Amino acid sequence: MADLRCNIAGVTSPNPFWLASAPPTDKEYNVVRAFKAGWGGVVWKTLGEDPPVVNVSSRYGAVNYNGQRVAGFNNIELITDRPLDVNLREIKQVKRDWPDRAMVVSLMVPCEEEAWAKILPLVEETGADGVELNFGCPHGMSERGMGSAVGQVPEYVEMVTRWCKKHTRMPVFVKLTPNVTNVLVPARAAKAGGADAVSLINTINSIVTVDLDVMAPTPTVNGKGAHGGYCGPAVKPIALNMVAEIARDPECGGIPISGIGGISNWRDAAEFMALGSGSVQVCTAAMHYGFKIVDDMIDGLNNWMDDKGYATLDDFRGAAVPNVCNWKDLDMNYEIVAQIDQQSCIKCGLCHIACEDTSHQAISAAKDNGARRYEVIDEECVGCNLCMHVCPVDGCITMRRIDNGKPYMTWTEDPRNPANMEAAE
Amino acid sequence: MNHVADIAAGRLTSDEYAANFSDVHPPLDRRRALIEASRCYFCHDAPCIEACPTGIDIPTFITKIASDNVRGSAVSILTENIMGGACARVCPVEILCQEACVRNTQESKPVQIGALQRYATDHLFDKGVQPFQRADLSGKTVAVVGGGPAGLACAHRLSMLGHDVVVYEARGKAGGLNEYGIAAYKLPDSFAQKEVDFILSLGGISVETGKSLGEDITLSQLRQGHDAVFLGFGLAGVNALGCEGEDLDGVANAVDYIADLRQATDLGALNVGRRVVVIGGGNTAIDIAVQSKRLGAEDVTLVYRRGAEHMSATGHEQEFAQTNGVKIKHWAQPKRLIGQDGKVKEVEFEYTQLDDNGRLMGTGDTFTVLADMVFKAIGQTFVPAPLRNGSAEMLELTNSGRIAVNEDRQTSLADVWAGGDCVPGDDLTVAAVQDGKLAAHAIDRALRG
Repeated sequence: MADLRCNIAGVTSPNPFWLASAPPTDKEYNVVRAFKAGWGGVVWKTLGEDPPVVNVSSRYGAVNYNGQRVAGFNNIELITDRPLDVNLREIKQVKRDWPDRAMVVSLMVPCEEEAWAKILPLVEETGADGVELNFGCPHGMSERGMGSAVGQVPEYVEMVTRWCKKHTRMPVFVKLTPNVTNVLVPARAAKAGGADAVSLINTINSIVTVDLDVMAPTPTVNGKGAHGGYCGPAVKPIALNMVAEIARDPECGGIPISGIGGISNWRDAAEFMALGSGSVQVCTAAMHYGFKIVDDMIDGLNNWMDDKGYATLDDFRGAAVPNVCNWKDLDMNYEIVAQIDQQSCIKCGLCHIACEDTSHQAISAAKDNGARRYEVIDEECVGCNLCMHVCPVDGCITMRRIDNGKPYMTWTEDPRNPANMEAAE
Repeated sequence: MNHVADIAAGRLTSDEYAANFSDVHPPLDRRRALIEASRCYFCHDAPCIEACPTGIDIPTFITKIASDNVRGSAVSILTENIMGGACARVCPVEILCQEACVRNTQESKPVQIGALQRYATDHLFDKGVQPFQRADLSGKTVAVVGGGPAGLACAHRLSMLGHDVVVYEARGKAGGLNEYGIAAYKLPDSFAQKEVDFILSLGGISVETGKSLGEDITLSQLRQGHDAVFLGFGLAGVNALGCEGEDLDGVANAVDYIADLRQATDLGALNVGRRVVVIGGGNTAIDIAVQSKRLGAEDVTLVYRRGAEHMSATGHEQEFAQTNGVKIKHWAQPKRLIGQDGKVKEVEFEYTQLDDNGRLMGTGDTFTVLADMVFKAIGQTFVPAPLRNGSAEMLELTNSGRIAVNEDRQTSLADVWAGGDCVPGDDLTVAAVQDGKLAAHAIDRALRG
């Protein structure tokens, strides 16, 4: 059995699976149920100043794809709509009852030092393990100068982080918004402000669907809709990239990362960890299926780590980071061609038509007395992988390496690079 | 205790009749249709299209279901096969499109193409939409003999192409075997007539019922009175067993009984035996066996002279009969029907086998099966009499005794085309529709010169 214990910025939990700041962590009842189910920690749904916000009716939108419900998910819910003292009392009770679980409290108050100075001691008094600054919420609160409105201004990120570090001894996690052109800028600002960790990604500005009868975005509130925050399995690739960017950025200096974005199972979690995440935070998958999903997350990660011989999370955390590079550092001499296993081919022809219509005309289609045969034309194949991806049979199309005997050569070194041509002239 | 005769009507309650003769495969609802549609890979050069005698673009119609463009899906189907609604219910998809589905290779579970086709076409029918329009009128008229799938498909396409059509139908209703021949639970709720109404709603087609070729009308008259003629009058003859006792009471042609059943307003009024023997190995044999069982027969035995693999009924149909409680006996042929007081009592069968030359022969060993009713279902034959002028054939027949046609379904007479069961080829609704469609386009080309 692998050791799944997690320590990120001094916050410890029996496993790395935390529930993200969201409706599942809005109150004691839910959080206790989550802890009973086995979750390693929670980030309590964002607290704000009293009086509490008021939410609208109709809050969630979903993208269903080809029969899969909630492939993507968005919401227009604001921060907690319960009084501050109620939340603080419950946080204190839960932390007392579940001392081994990570209890991080998400916060969002106006961009004024005294507001932060006032709320931080109240949270500290609950015995919580840390705070997470919600600089990411892209809807509603941003219109009031909070959430992503802060996260999109690096100077504010740094300034507020610094205030928080000044007014609490708790570890400070800064939750980053993906609604920026370069996530490194706010990440570096958080680091500069003294953040102990960053959490990312928060949700992405989105309109998930348009109701073509009402002629309004969904979720629709009495005929109108506002953009929401997008999350769920569909956003995972965006999140992975942003996590990787921060993990390999020298200026971010290896700041601990709590990975968030479409994590639905242990494999997703392992991918975030391979790119440098410490803990991982989950929301949509739990909202879709309930807290029980953590069982397979723990069990699956454990079994995979045992198979791979990883004893602790640190054994593989960040292992993929050195292999994330810029395009110019890829090997220009690496050659692969597609290979179709005729035994497992079901003759759907998708590889052929994809290549024929949209790529390199490198898969021939032959028909002999009704029997179809699709074959790769090696000389035309550029090794793009398209056929492999559209093939519905796992393992039927694989990419075969051509041993051309050539050394690793980057674009920078490539004689075909115009820069090198000029140099040669 | 009431004595129930060996042949009796009303063996079941009205609820039981209703249940036994309702839709054998209930339709997919939207949710199930979407799940099933999502299983289609949208193959390039899709094998299912090739396997469909009418060449329906199956991946395209399924994609349209998946995007909720159900009307578009139905039009894609009906453009190639105007009887796509009936075919969705009666096609032996397990040997056509669904057999060709690439999912079979992968997981032995094809996309349920027939059920999806029904989902799409039902949607259009329920809305009462006729999505096709007639082209500018040509002023030409075409006579269609036979209001079955071949004739109606030909008529609809001809009308779309701008020609006026008169359909001459010998029976009281158009629809052909969909109305008179297919098992009732495959086309319940008057579907055949709904489909006829749909086809006729295009306009330009008039149907004259009770007009039998060779009796009420002649081919010569039709050729004189119309610019072209399409023959689609099917198979009028039934093969006889050719053994002793065939004329006993209780012995009937399966097709005649099924026609009565299909037209019955009260299934409880139909007589059915306690013990029923069916002789034959095709879909008609399966249909009469299962319907007998569902009418309340206690023991139904289907006897076929060769093995399961030789039956023209598909494996799926054979299994359906067996799950309906029909006992199938292979390798036996009827030797004589034994009667008592003029009524059939039992059938004597002789075991069969193949000789060294692969020819069927009796072994000499026999067995008997008790029977109150015996249904003959050993095939139908083409009756060429309506095409004779005196003793001379007016058009060329094939060696197998059906009307000879070329690729365009044109007969040896330049202005006469033919299709459906009266020409060689598979005796399937879908094949008949394709014949009618191809002939209509050939007629159109001929008439427009």
